[in-house]
Amino acid sequence: MAKKSKVIEKEEVVVRFSGDSGDGMQLTGSLFSFSSAIYGNDISTFPDFPAEIRAPQGTIGGVSGFQVHFGHSEVYTPGDNADVLVAMNPAALKANLEWLKPGATIIIDVDTCDDKNLAKAGYKSNDPIEEDNLSSYNIIKAPITTLTKESLKDMGLDNKTILRSKNMYALGLVFWLFNRPLENTEEVLRQKFSKNEKIAEANIRVLEAGYNYGLIIQAGTPSYHISPADIRKGTYRNLNGNRAIAWGFLLAAEKSGLELFLGSYPITPATEILQELSSRKDLGVKVFQAEDEIAGISTAIGASFAGDLAITTTSGPGLALKSEALGLAVMAELPLVVVNVQRGGPSTGLPTKTEQSDLMQALYGRNGESPLVVMAASSPVNCFDYAFYAAKVAIEHMTPVILLSDGFLANGTQPWRIPEEGEFPAIVPPYVEKPASEWKLYERDPEKLNRFWALPGTPEYQHRIGGLEKDFLTGAVSYDHHNHDKMVRVREEKIERIADFIPQLEVHGDEDADLLIVGWGGTFGHLYTALEGLQDEGEKVALAHFSYINPLPKNSYEVLRKYSKIVVCELNLGQFASHLRSKFPDVEFLQYNKVEGLPFTVAELKNHFQKLLEA
Amino acid sequence: MSENNKLAFQEYKSDQRVRWCPGCGDHAILNSIQKVMADMKVPQEEVAVISGIGCSSRLPYYMNTYGFHTIHGRASAVASGVKVANPKLHVWQITGDGDALAIGGNHFIHAIRRNIDINVILFNNQIYGLTKGQYSPTSKRGFISKTSPYGTIEYPFRPGELTIGARGYFFARTIDKDLKVSTKVMKAAAEHKGTSIVEVLQNCVIYNDNTHKEITDKQFKDDRTIVLEHGKPMIFGKERNKGLLLDGIKLRVVTIGEDGVTEKDLLVHDAHCEDPTIHLKLADMEYPDFPVALGVIRDSEAPVYDQCARMQIDEIRERSKIKTFKDLVTSGEVWEVK
Ligand SMILES: Cc1ncc(C[n+]2csc(CCOP(=O)(O)OP(=O)(O)O)c2C)c(N)n1
Ligand code: SF4
Ligand SMILES: [Mg+2]
Repeated sequence: MAKKSKVIEKEEVVVRFSGDSGDGMQLTGSLFSFSSAIYGNDISTFPDFPAEIRAPQGTIGGVSGFQVHFGHSEVYTPGDNADVLVAMNPAALKANLEWLKPGATIIIDVDTCDDKNLAKAGYKSNDPIEEDNLSSYNIIKAPITTLTKESLKDMGLDNKTILRSKNMYALGLVFWLFNRPLENTEEVLRQKFSKNEKIAEANIRVLEAGYNYGLIIQAGTPSYHISPADIRKGTYRNLNGNRAIAWGFLLAAEKSGLELFLGSYPITPATEILQELSSRKDLGVKVFQAEDEIAGISTAIGASFAGDLAITTTSGPGLALKSEALGLAVMAELPLVVVNVQRGGPSTGLPTKTEQSDLMQALYGRNGESPLVVMAASSPVNCFDYAFYAAKVAIEHMTPVILLSDGFLANGTQPWRIPEEGEFPAIVPPYVEKPASEWKLYERDPEKLNRFWALPGTPEYQHRIGGLEKDFLTGAVSYDHHNHDKMVRVREEKIERIADFIPQLEVHGDEDADLLIVGWGGTFGHLYTALEGLQDEGEKVALAHFSYINPLPKNSYEVLRKYSKIVVCELNLGQFASHLRSKFPDVEFLQYNKVEGLPFTVAELKNHFQKLLEA
Repeated sequence: MSENNKLAFQEYKSDQRVRWCPGCGDHAILNSIQKVMADMKVPQEEVAVISGIGCSSRLPYYMNTYGFHTIHGRASAVASGVKVANPKLHVWQITGDGDALAIGGNHFIHAIRRNIDINVILFNNQIYGLTKGQYSPTSKRGFISKTSPYGTIEYPFRPGELTIGARGYFFARTIDKDLKVSTKVMKAAAEHKGTSIVEVLQNCVIYNDNTHKEITDKQFKDDRTIVLEHGKPMIFGKERNKGLLLDGIKLRVVTIGEDGVTEKDLLVHDAHCEDPTIHLKLADMEYPDFPVALGVIRDSEAPVYDQCARMQIDEIRERSKIKTFKDLVTSGEVWEVK
């Protein structure tokens, strides 16, 4: 490789690819992150789709982005702001200025900066660099469109196809910027376009042209080097949160010996789970695209009654529709997992954005005393683990479980280490073992308090369940007032006892910290990165992050009471803080809340914590 | 009933005391269902009876089979889940006119559209019984009830029309106390592959007594109903001298022997015909212009959802390279960290 004028060694870098919806930025970003992962960096990515399906070309509303954060050590978020921006048109430049680090490198396709495009993006002059006052940035003005055309001119391709490979030119340039080999990407392109060799060839040619352009202009431009991270051995692949959830259930089905049934209705940002499982008929998954969310959960409850591992997937508005049926699952004491990929609310709200505002709905959004398990995944790839454990808890304790994810986890990707054989435990359904003559429908396991499962089709175990109150032992309909009180309490206690079977709350950071940061669910990456940052600056801080919301880990109170200053951070107006206050009235909780439909930024978190530490 | 059959019949009864009002039509329907199961010798453990909420929906408790008394309106969806999860089960859905056609209307039509193999017994008493007497989506226009003291101002659904409108392939009608027709159509429903809808004209003695009386009462039942049988000419009446024929595109009631009409001119019932045009006309017949059709009105064949779902899984399993979870996760773009 030719020597660079100046190579900057960096710990971590954030690259943002941005262009028009049709510019292929998602593919470009994925290819870049795949190659970085193979190179050995830890990565975290996040796509940023326009809200409208077909927003007008060249406008800010139509900008589609893909951010990749990669580093020499572990990275936990896609990064707040970018070190490098690839802007395929003026709108992409304008839309992303807010998210750039000072002095960032900007690669812009100057061919697209004509009067029409500049006007569409809202520029008044014909020089966006000047107009936006970007002289302190490192600008690479590349005639990407012209040079792409130039490099493909003798291939006999039509203009549309040629323009579609512009993104590879930009990618080549970025590879040059980071001193990255092209081979892996070329291989992926060959596979991707294996049915059309000419297209594969064109893409590769443009990719190389972009790289070579970098070599030519290198003179004044510094390039970066980020050495590989120290990552645990194993086989890896990139995975986003939605897929991870789907796959977690597949493993749970295999480990429990049950067939997987999904009843669901499409809703952003949860739809991909339904889509992914729909294509898994090869693993025997029964997917039922229902007429609405009520039918989604109702079919799942029917499938659970019949003996399947039954799940339903949705987002906030859909969870609202499922409330009544969730109560039925509580009453019938059947295993069921409801996945809620949260988005901005209330009502239709911000469908494509992230939020954590369905916590109260998950905990309490049903009539009657209706306890169930609430869990929350905290990174795109651990969505896999939590889907698995949600299924395990649901089956082994005979209860509905709500698993919370969010728009940020759903679409973000990270490298996922494929679990080794035996890394996940067996799931043991509590089938009735007693002879039918001795068995009572609602008798319970003395330890876990679950009832036992008898599947339709089994001779002699015929029984009737339903939503009416049941006799404590026989399960027959009972209107007895003492019995009702007893049943309400035993259902509650069954859920509380699950605390004996889940992991303890872990604290990251200093035992005797001056500030305990508390979070739950999808904010872990940002909170943890802020924690590390403050620790590097010598602050005594700690983080307790919750994934089990109901029941809470057994040691929660022990942990929380040790700290004199606690701040609960969440993407809502304080729902988890209220939950904690109701459980631990003598502990004082400060709050840090944001409800912009966006994740926290590490910078704003650090800033706020710093202030709390000074106060 | 033979001694043997009586025994078998008892085996389908649970130990729960039946709690419907004395004289309620539901008692007779329960008997018919149990009799059909005994006649067909369906093992109790292979039966799952799924209901929603309503007086009628209490039925599963009285059956010594697997049963699930779910929530109002959702029985079709729960039953669909049961059948797709385990197609070997004989799934029966018990539902009321409110349960199936008001709150559960959406699930009802979609179950029919998908043609899932469930047998739906629709108890039509034209009233909300359990909530003590409000009009329902099948109450006649002008019906007076607690929530329509001045008469309703809405037209009722006709369950047969709705079934056919949702692309249904099986529709039958019977009267609660008519054990003969009831057992016959329920047996046909059980044998039919796909969603079968059996509308039972049910009497609620407390809140809507005699609502079907002008059709079902012994003294004029023969003249005001017609029991359809596949392959037989459409003859009815106490004297067996009335019939139905097609006049242009309309049905017409005629008297055999009058105006030169002979038996040969009458329509012959073809329940298996795929085209639902005549079935719809028959299902929609109302007294006094026509006799009300009883028996199996439509019983035609079409692909069955739960079977297709199985077949598709088997087929894809056969041809996919991915056989296990491990195959799935290790396929595609993976890399090693050493
Ligand atoms: C969500 C919900 N809304 C309302 C009710 C009250 N409710 C119970 S049964 C019923 C109507 C029952 O009528 P129908 O389905 O015709 O059954 P019937 O009692 O006549 O057999 C109503 C309104 C309920 N149980 N649940
Ligand atoms: S109220 Fe009517 S439908 Fe309900 S049990 Fe009594 S008679 Fe039967
Ligand atoms: Mg009714």
